Amino acid sequence: MRAADALCEALKAEGVKHVFGIPGGASLPLYDALYDADFEHVQVRHEQCAGHAAEGYAKASGRVGVAFATSGPGATNLVTAIADANMDSVPTVFITGQVRTDLIGTDGFQEADFTWITLPIVKHSFLVTDPTQIPDYIHKAFHIAKSGRPGPVLVDIPQDLSRAEIDYEPITGTPKLPGYQPTTEGNIKQVRLAAKAMANARRPVLYVGGGVINAGASEELRELAASDEFPVTCTLMGLGAFPAPHERWLGMLGMHGTRAANYAMDEADLIVAIGARFDDRITGKLSEFAPRAKFVHIDVDPAEISKNVPAHIPIVGDAKDVLPKLTGEYRALAPESSRLSEWWDRIEGWREQYPLTYEDSTDSEIKPQFMVEEMYRATNGEAIITSDVGQHQMWAAQYYHFDQPNRWLNSGGLGTMGFGLPAAIGAKVAMPDEQVVCLAGDGSLVMVCQEFATAAAHDLPVKVFLMNNGHFGMVRQWQELFWEERYKAVTMGASPDWSKLAEAFGWKGMRCDDKAALPDAMRTALDHEGPVLLDVVVTPNENCYPMIPAGAAARDMVG
Amino acid sequence: MGDPGTKDLLDLEGLRTSSGLTGRRHLLSLLVENRPGVLARIAGLFSRRGFNIDTLAVGPTEDPDISRVTLTVDGAVHPIDQVTKQLHKLVNVIKIRDMEPDTAVAREMALFRINAAAENRAEIIEFSQIFRAHIVDVSRRSITVEVTGTTEKIDSFERMVRPHGLIEMARTGEVAIARSRPES
Repeated sequence: MRAADALCEALKAEGVKHVFGIPGGASLPLYDALYDADFEHVQVRHEQCAGHAAEGYAKASGRVGVAFATSGPGATNLVTAIADANMDSVPTVFITGQVRTDLIGTDGFQEADFTWITLPIVKHSFLVTDPTQIPDYIHKAFHIAKSGRPGPVLVDIPQDLSRAEIDYEPITGTPKLPGYQPTTEGNIKQVRLAAKAMANARRPVLYVGGGVINAGASEELRELAASDEFPVTCTLMGLGAFPAPHERWLGMLGMHGTRAANYAMDEADLIVAIGARFDDRITGKLSEFAPRAKFVHIDVDPAEISKNVPAHIPIVGDAKDVLPKLTGEYRALAPESSRLSEWWDRIEGWREQYPLTYEDSTDSEIKPQFMVEEMYRATNGEAIITSDVGQHQMWAAQYYHFDQPNRWLNSGGLGTMGFGLPAAIGAKVAMPDEQVVCLAGDGSLVMVCQEFATAAAHDLPVKVFLMNNGHFGMVRQWQELFWEERYKAVTMGASPDWSKLAEAFGWKGMRCDDKAALPDAMRTALDHEGPVLLDVVVTPNENCYPMIPAGAAARDMVG
Repeated sequence: MGDPGTKDLLDLEGLRTSSGLTGRRHLLSLLVENRPGVLARIAGLFSRRGFNIDTLAVGPTEDPDISRVTLTVDGAVHPIDQVTKQLHKLVNVIKIRDMEPDTAVAREMALFRINAAAENRAEIIEFSQIFRAHIVDVSRRSITVEVTGTTEKIDSFERMVRPHGLIEMARTGEVAIARSRPES
């Protein structure tokens, strides 16, 4: 069998239903094999978006996302998506064509040493040196991508090797990787210790990150939270792991989190971190982060534990395994919930004093926060929401009250502008029966607007609600607040007529600048059969608050 | 720690973290897959995370599929458990041992080319004998000496001969192997 066909067999055996990509010279044998493959290839318009679509696919469905690109520039266009998947632990496999083995190292046409280029941003990578390796490497790539802490794996295949003939025998069983054995089961002694610490805490907080969603452990988290009156806060990546409309939900924490969440972290005596990594957007000034707290840190990646904040009780393991054990041990201790009543009084005080709010307009002007609230109403809070990066992303995190996991797809760690549209395409491919809405920023959308063509060509009825403020809004906000209003390169100037642009690609284009008309406009867009862009003109200079200024402590929040 | 389900108290104030910095030099012995690019992954990890490698030695093991990488890292500057945990994440790294000084034998080899005019030649030869070093090359102006031993021994040989005019020095970096357990 031709090695490229064996690759497709291996992908099929991994349960692949869809891949995203763009062909090219070095991947011609791969695409020739795709001609006969049993799964669908979604042809995108830029390789970066193949990567983000694979991420959106993976984040929405929990399955491994797959992207193809050719050698050289095709591959290098994937770099942003690979780095993004690495930062946000997205299970993805990237398959790239490489120049023929006799051309490697000669600066051949479209040659780039992609395995080398991506070394610091992959979970692992394979450069094929023998065609018989191909199916084996594919299975290993999938195993590594989805197990332990998920992440991107690259398989780089020279053109001559993918067209070589090999003896193909289907491979079954877990691949043999002597250097890769992730610990998924938490140590029970550590779990007991954690349960005891929690039973003795008077000001505990559960601090939940994207790891809980990756582990598929939202139910287990809810069980743990229900075992006592624990306050819960989630990171940007963890939103949806715990239902946002819930009496013990403090809101998101971190730079644009709520005061209740950040102040609770600041005054906590015990913080139970679950699948979260104490990113600088969470901790603010590290030396003043949660100064009174002891830390239980549960993570499947041991290197995250004590990386930024030293853990008092480290637990290496998958949340899906650890949380039920912890709940069981905690319940067995049967602590008195009343010890937490003072803590709740304190939290209620912050909630009352500092609710998440904004000054709404009294005329037809559409405030960006209002737009997100209206999106929440129009979709009944049930849509899969993707976003770009910036103010609109933070407002979505604040005002779209996610109550289920895998419904909030955004670029958290890398902060990749332009993530939203391709991620929405990927999510729609994975979950065709779900309403998928991309909340886009105008600065971000223009970076990836060629992907309107992908959605049109593949009949993917995604909806783009464009929060159009005419600026790189978050940068503008920082220049206003921290750079003496010396605005440089933050106005969009000549933006396209967005609805016409969308129509040029075969979408329905709509525009709304009247608050009263917005609910109807959104419903029309959502009810339309095909893809729709709704250009929503919002207040141009609104700032996103509250905010921990970069490098400041949580208790020094502004706005 | 108590038995499961018992309610004995745990004083939160009493909880401690293990300190990140050990303050001493660590000798890490890694067994890695013998395949292209593995050393690049290790070196890349160190540079990306801002860890400094003091010495590095790579060579084959008794198993042709496995190589040994021995490297030294300053535990006063870098949290050693973070270094080893990051190394463990590399799929090609099979095993890591932090070689404690009293449970491992560590040796380094060095070559010194030393100025050896007639008047100090005898002294250099004498040093070499004291250090159980071998003279491996001689010319009219210089002597080349091979020294094997602990890093400290090689450091002190260097100090002894430097005043005579050290022309060139090449050191391998340490390699190490675990000591056998004492027979009981």
